[in-house]
Amino acid sequence: MKKTDEKVVLSTLWSAGCGSHGGCGCQIYVKDGRVTRVEGDPNHPFNQGRLCPKGLAIPQYMYHPDRVLYPLKRVGKRGEGKWQRISWDEAYDTIEKKLKDIRAKYGAESVIFCQGTGRDIGGPITFLMYAYGSPNWVQVGLAGHACYTPRLGAMFATQGHYSVLDASQFLEKRYDSPEWTPPKYIIIWAQNPIAGCHDGFFGHWIIDCMRRGSKLIVIDPRHTWFSSRAEVHLQNRPGTDGAIALGMLNVIINEAIYDKEFVRDWTYGFEELKKRVQEYPPEKVAEISWVPKEKLIQAARLFATNKPSAIQWGEPVDAMPAGSVVAQAINHLWAITGNVDNPGGNVIARNSHGVTTYPFSSAELTKLYGEELVKKLNEKRIGANKYPMIKNFRGWVQPDVLIEQMETGKPYPVRAAWIQTSNIIGGQAADPRRHYKAMKKLDFIVCVDLFQNPTSMALADIFLPAVSICEKESFRTWWQPLGVSVKAIEPIGECQSDWEINLEMAKRLATTPVKYQTVRELIDDRLKDGGTNFEKLKAKGGWEFPPEGHPTRPYYRYKRGLLRADGKPGFETPTGKLEFSSKRYEEWGLDPLPYYEEPKESPVSTPELYKEYPLILTTGRRSPVFFHSEHRMIPWLRELDPDPIVEIHPQTAKDLDIVDGEWVYIENKRGRVKFKAKVTPTAHPRVVSAAHGWWLPETEGKEPNLFGTWQHNINNLTSMGNQGKSGFGGTNYRSSLCRITKIRDGKE
Amino acid sequence: MARSGLLIEYEYCTGCHACEVACKQEHNFSGGMVGIRVEEVVTESPAKVHVDYIPFTTRFCDLCAERTTKGEVPACVKHCQATCMMYGPVTELVKAMAERPRSAIFAPR
Repeated sequence: MKKTDEKVVLSTLWSAGCGSHGGCGCQIYVKDGRVTRVEGDPNHPFNQGRLCPKGLAIPQYMYHPDRVLYPLKRVGKRGEGKWQRISWDEAYDTIEKKLKDIRAKYGAESVIFCQGTGRDIGGPITFLMYAYGSPNWVQVGLAGHACYTPRLGAMFATQGHYSVLDASQFLEKRYDSPEWTPPKYIIIWAQNPIAGCHDGFFGHWIIDCMRRGSKLIVIDPRHTWFSSRAEVHLQNRPGTDGAIALGMLNVIINEAIYDKEFVRDWTYGFEELKKRVQEYPPEKVAEISWVPKEKLIQAARLFATNKPSAIQWGEPVDAMPAGSVVAQAINHLWAITGNVDNPGGNVIARNSHGVTTYPFSSAELTKLYGEELVKKLNEKRIGANKYPMIKNFRGWVQPDVLIEQMETGKPYPVRAAWIQTSNIIGGQAADPRRHYKAMKKLDFIVCVDLFQNPTSMALADIFLPAVSICEKESFRTWWQPLGVSVKAIEPIGECQSDWEINLEMAKRLATTPVKYQTVRELIDDRLKDGGTNFEKLKAKGGWEFPPEGHPTRPYYRYKRGLLRADGKPGFETPTGKLEFSSKRYEEWGLDPLPYYEEPKESPVSTPELYKEYPLILTTGRRSPVFFHSEHRMIPWLRELDPDPIVEIHPQTAKDLDIVDGEWVYIENKRGRVKFKAKVTPTAHPRVVSAAHGWWLPETEGKEPNLFGTWQHNINNLTSMGNQGKSGFGGTNYRSSLCRITKIRDGKE
Repeated sequence: MARSGLLIEYEYCTGCHACEVACKQEHNFSGGMVGIRVEEVVTESPAKVHVDYIPFTTRFCDLCAERTTKGEVPACVKHCQATCMMYGPVTELVKAMAERPRSAIFAPR
């Protein structure tokens, strides 16, 4: 057998490689220092032996000929594609000098630290940033910070902790755990869980629950595999999810089918909410959302009268006008039905063993760095002073404020960017052209990545090559179990891990000495809170659940005094209750109760524009074989989804004289991109759905082509500056207006 | 020797493509060669649009002979995220099929 001399390394996957948010256990097969296969680990409770296409394609990703294996410096103009290989010493020396000069002249805050959503990046990037002294940690161009943070902020305000659908993921024996029960109904709200492991949730857990009896209610403008199997499908107009949530609350409250005991004992503000939802009777919601009144009522009744039931929600919630308000209303739905931290409901999700990889929340930041530093950082953090929710919830920059500041230089100029795991122009940013122009003007830009992409090609002065997950040590605490990633082989070429790169840079740039000599020391120091270390976890197969009785284990922690800092029963909120009327929102100058806000651009709010652009455009449809803008160069994956696809209903296509498989333009007042039409009845006749993150790595990288990003990135049709009152949400990723134009003889 | 095959409960196939990439990785296939392929089937009734997926084996499927002689299941079966695939002697699969939702058996060799 040719495979017998292989060794198998057990590890935890968390990009780079699969790119994803999950923490799948894997078996990495190694022969002669080379990874030959990556398979699922049958003993790991997260994925139980399974693995997604992106995980299975890791060897092809690791050994891809386009991977950058050595540090590079730019030798032509930005965008000319002229690079020269340099040593790590030269790269580090150059960066150190530049960033020290900039700090001396303009202050540390003039350097932004930019991440995407892949890899174990939050830890290394914030570690470096705080060592350098900058407060500006950002997902550049992520309009309204629309990626989970609005939902997390809403849950933090409402219930003090975060919740996720309980698919037994917090229990070692999973579905066989005696204390677990499947949700009777699952609402899949604005997500297609098949496509991946969004926000740490293995999408196929939903199928596992369905096999164990869970029924579905699906809220989605498209017909999907899930809607085909749903008892009720609310096919809504994109952007109106807030109205649907309020309408369902109206039905549940007025029909008195909520959990009266839970509401009486554990919540605050019910009467105020009851009054507010009277503004959203089902008739009115039907008119707003296109969802027939009967279906809305049916969904509300099924959800409220079958306990336990749970909600699984997706990124479009964040992208809604007033995203954090829509999230609040949806949180109220599981709360009012008593589906909080109960088996099969929306269980409270906490980092395993209470270990944090990095200081996401302001509270964690304070714990790690002290109140004084946090206060000082907040004075300069971009967007923090304009938006109290941005300031008080987490340590992020508000991206819509950032782009303005990059353009105006006010209140202070941005001079440099450290970009790590982020394809800003080719994927993450709304209005990429605007970001391209603003960032071109910066004095100095470093990109840390595995492959060249439109962003690194257009902007980088120095390119540092990072390793894949199989070539490094790391750790994971989001959510559970606690896990480590084990190095299966030595790095390919001269690549280094994000942790190694950032520790070295931190040592060179820190204003006070860094206390770690090695990455292993740092990891073990973080794992200390969990009473374990890297070697111990590795010896156990790479993972461990928290011990019995630990407050990060479910269930009913609000009854047992395990959620509040003072150890009393209840929730970690100002009133100690789950708040239907939020004291924190009030404190942050926001409406304490949820409300509906119409998209800024829609048939309702801009009827004149709608005449010119008569289709609703929703973007960001996930592909099961790509993670955002990654993986387009991986043959095993690209073969399965070769082109940027826009879905169009057959009647709409017929009216436009468009056939299946034809290349078309999607255009609106902001731009035009070229997509291939998929004519399918799964689309709503008035809505077209376009995939995001498209660039063509097989085409010319240098300007002006930049791997085709201007032709195929749907974000060229989106804009910045639509953020909600909280600073969160309000983007047009998910709902704007467009038209589809036929291309005739290469012309429109 | 009893003939073996794959039982696929396509009621649960989500079209995630894990089987296809598992197959390509296992056999190091390139250029479109693959032992299993998933097709999307969209049908309409007056009440609903239905989206289903059906995997079928191709001429390149060897039922992962190298794996199964070692007692492992084929790569596609192991990694199927919807756990809707089963490997075994066809006679056993037929018995199992009787208790399952919409299903098909493939006996590629």
